[in-house]
Amino acid sequence: MNNALKKFNDQEISLSLENITISYGKYEAVKNVYFQIPKNKITALIGPSGCGKSTVLRALNRMNDLIPECNLKGRVLFEGTDLYHSDIDPVEVRRRIGMVFQQPNPFPKSIYENIAFGARINGFTGKMDELVEDSLRRAAVWDECKDKLKSSGYSLSGGQQQRLCIARTIAIRPEVILMDEPCSALDPISTLKIEETLHELKKSFTIVIVTHNMQQALRVSDYTAFFNAERKEGVPGGKIGYLVEHNLTDKIFNAPKEKSTKDYVTGKFG
Amino acid sequence: MENRAALKYKPSRRNLKYNNLLKRNFFNRSLTILSYIFSIIVLLPLFCIIFYVFVKGFGQLNFSLLTQLPEPPGDDLSNAGGIGNAIIGTFIVTSIATIISVPIGVGGGIYLAEYSTGGIYSRFIRFGTNVLSGVPSIIAGVFVYGIIVSTKIFFGATFSALAGGIALSILMLPTVIKTTDEGLKLVSDDLRRGALSVGASKFTTITRITLPTAINPIATGILLAIARAAGETAPLIFTALFSFYWSDNPETILEPIATLSVLIYNFALEPYEAQNQLAWSASFILVMILLMLNIVARVLSNTKNDFNSINKDTNKK
Amino acid sequence: MSDGDLNKFIKRNRSSSERLLDKSLQQLASMMAAMVAIVLISIFFVVFTGALDSIGRYGLKFLVISEWNPVIDEYGAFTAIYGTVVTSLASIVIALPLGVGTAILLTEDILPKTIREIIGLLVELLAAIPSVVLGLWAIFVMEPFLRPFLILLNKNFGWVPFLSTEPIGPGMAPAILILTIMILPIITAISRDSLNQVPHKLREAAYGIGATRWTSIFNILLPAAISGITGGVLLALGRALGETMAVTMIIGNSLNFNWSLLAPGNTISAMLANQFGEADSSQVSSLMYAAFVLMLITLFVNILAQWLVKRLSLKY
Ligand SMILES: Nc1ncnc2c1ncn2[C@@H]1O[C@H](COP(=O)(O)OP(=O)(O)OP(=O)(O)O)[C@@H](O)[C@H]1O
Ligand SMILES: [Mg+2]
Repeated sequence: MNNALKKFNDQEISLSLENITISYGKYEAVKNVYFQIPKNKITALIGPSGCGKSTVLRALNRMNDLIPECNLKGRVLFEGTDLYHSDIDPVEVRRRIGMVFQQPNPFPKSIYENIAFGARINGFTGKMDELVEDSLRRAAVWDECKDKLKSSGYSLSGGQQQRLCIARTIAIRPEVILMDEPCSALDPISTLKIEETLHELKKSFTIVIVTHNMQQALRVSDYTAFFNAERKEGVPGGKIGYLVEHNLTDKIFNAPKEKSTKDYVTGKFG
Repeated sequence: MENRAALKYKPSRRNLKYNNLLKRNFFNRSLTILSYIFSIIVLLPLFCIIFYVFVKGFGQLNFSLLTQLPEPPGDDLSNAGGIGNAIIGTFIVTSIATIISVPIGVGGGIYLAEYSTGGIYSRFIRFGTNVLSGVPSIIAGVFVYGIIVSTKIFFGATFSALAGGIALSILMLPTVIKTTDEGLKLVSDDLRRGALSVGASKFTTITRITLPTAINPIATGILLAIARAAGETAPLIFTALFSFYWSDNPETILEPIATLSVLIYNFALEPYEAQNQLAWSASFILVMILLMLNIVARVLSNTKNDFNSINKDTNKK
Repeated sequence: MSDGDLNKFIKRNRSSSERLLDKSLQQLASMMAAMVAIVLISIFFVVFTGALDSIGRYGLKFLVISEWNPVIDEYGAFTAIYGTVVTSLASIVIALPLGVGTAILLTEDILPKTIREIIGLLVELLAAIPSVVLGLWAIFVMEPFLRPFLILLNKNFGWVPFLSTEPIGPGMAPAILILTIMILPIITAISRDSLNQVPHKLREAAYGIGATRWTSIFNILLPAAISGITGGVLLALGRALGETMAVTMIIGNSLNFNWSLLAPGNTISAMLANQFGEADSSQVSSLMYAAFVLMLITLFVNILAQWLVKRLSLKY
């Protein structure tokens, strides 16, 4: 584990997970995860279904607080501050670490309001129209939306809705954007558009993305973390997730250290 | 980024620490406390009512109270008798209402859920069901008074247990139809198609497959409707009226009859302590009966029969 | 499959009796559904024809005349209509924040789930208590307890027309409170169900952009649930308008008009409960007229509810 620390020494670290174990009730979903997320880079989380990728991702902006039986041991440091310290305001955390979900979830409001609402509650005082346009442009959905800003967010297609959700997150100017399989419900063209968006966003945001698509991880990410789950007797889910390997994406795909990583990225299991 | 500089956000967002004094945190906490206070205000009357019904009603309860007839009001009474005939009366009138409303309601519900095709007729019936369930209960009393009591249509009888039962059945009808309709709609269409595809007739499908599958929600709805009817007073005061005698032979169905709810109403307004006391005792018995019915209904709605589990599985797929 | 096997299915061709059974169940069910319409139309018809006499005599004046005098045979329903509308609206105004606030507490994760479920159960039990028992409690417990406060209110704010009389016991104010207690479970239960139906993803979306709990409640959850809540409120309003027993027992049944909520008053249903049994013919006709007015009001509220629920429902 100490090797991992050294390896990223030349990078500025945004988030650092220090030995976190997350459990739902009595059942541990992921155990002893230890890795670091470099700033202004895209980090991909990959691994078989149920190994706890979403669980880890949601731990990074305290989204797990919404699940009453979920609790976390260990520390998550964001620029040196432990996010799970008792005097931390989770609302503040989520304002600086935004999230895009697997299923598009626009608010049942107009497209314009979808963007403006988040900005407003984050105390935005500039020109709202400019912000809306800028966010929609960056999320590559402006052309589709510009003539119907007043209509409901749900009048868009699934792919457009997802990009609207990305725009909504961009609009609150977080420092980190977490994305949980943002393209799983989308067609290839929308997926490509979002990937282009990601490349653009990398310049100003740190991005962590969960994906099941190896090609996507390869295309967009700078670093990749591979999670796996091992069977264990006597646990209700039967599995405990853990981090297998974390490295430059290039290394993970071309020269993995672990055999399971190699098997997974070459499609031998998963 | 040049864009980023142009966009103005308050600098306070830099700090991750929870700040007590922040406006939003202050509002957040105040509103949470307010919601606690509101809930307590909502629950307070319940506790207070249950407490009084217990203390005043249970305190005076004894066996003879349950078996005796009430005494007509008078100021020299130390004891107002019992509520025996009212307990039986409530049972009789509610049973009449149930016997009338359940077959009609379940039949109507089956029509809406299984046969109707969303045309104008079924939409009108659904609308009518909603309107009927919104008709004030006293109007049902006025209506039954108008068509039954004042016309003496049943063998010259005026105020009668039958008239009271019919008035209550009007109140139960929309509830029974709605719960049947909704209960049947919960049954997955796969199950229906499955039955039809092996050549079952619509009749067989409904009586053997869909109705048994939906029996729990329907029975729950019916029980709740019965509980509501048993506590109703307004439709009875000028249909079933009241009686100081036993209703112990079949002909009494055409005579005025005592019920717990009307007894409470009449005796609560008497100026005599003994009568008031009897009203409290009757309240205790009535509330206990209704709570019991509600608990049974709740248990029923939470238990699953074989058909329900089949239903769940098919829904999952 | 051989032909011999097929012969074993003796019902391969449906018998005519089975067909008949099928057809008759459908007919029967359809007839039973029709009962709703028949009952509803008969109610309107009976009440309307009963009221014809009085409608002919007073016309629309009936709605604005406050005098109701069986002795001189003059009837106007304004006192009762005023009482019906004012007590119902006032109770809704009080019950709405209380009920929705409780519903929010029941659907948020502020309290542990078991405690929330117990509270929910208790609220539903409150709905199971019959109104005549509430009336009994109101007469002997609530009103005596309340009276000193109402007297204080009158002493300090007597210049307000609605508080201008000295409380003497039964009156509109205690009636409003007992109505509030009656409709709280309806508003709470329906609001809770509507809030529970808001998809979890909307809550996640709101928290994900840094909304606080109450920002997300006010801006996302309540607007998404507003159609159901409105339906519940209007259902409760319908209930309050037609509620009879508890109100009759505590409102004072006064036939004299008074603006003050601290004075005894009347409602249409209370008047029916009190007078219908022993009224003579022209009084019956006027009572029927009043009943007809009550039906029209509740019908209006009902239709408004169905329309609003459709109008307000958001797509998500
Ligand atoms: N709300 C919850 N309550 C209880 N257990 C949960 C909950 N959410 C997830 N789990 C469990 O935690 C484990 C990890 O789930 P998680 O959703 O993080 O997996 P994942 O890697 O994101 O899978 P997928 O790729 O399918 O999205 C699973 O075994 C799951 O059953
Ligand atoms: Mg996941």
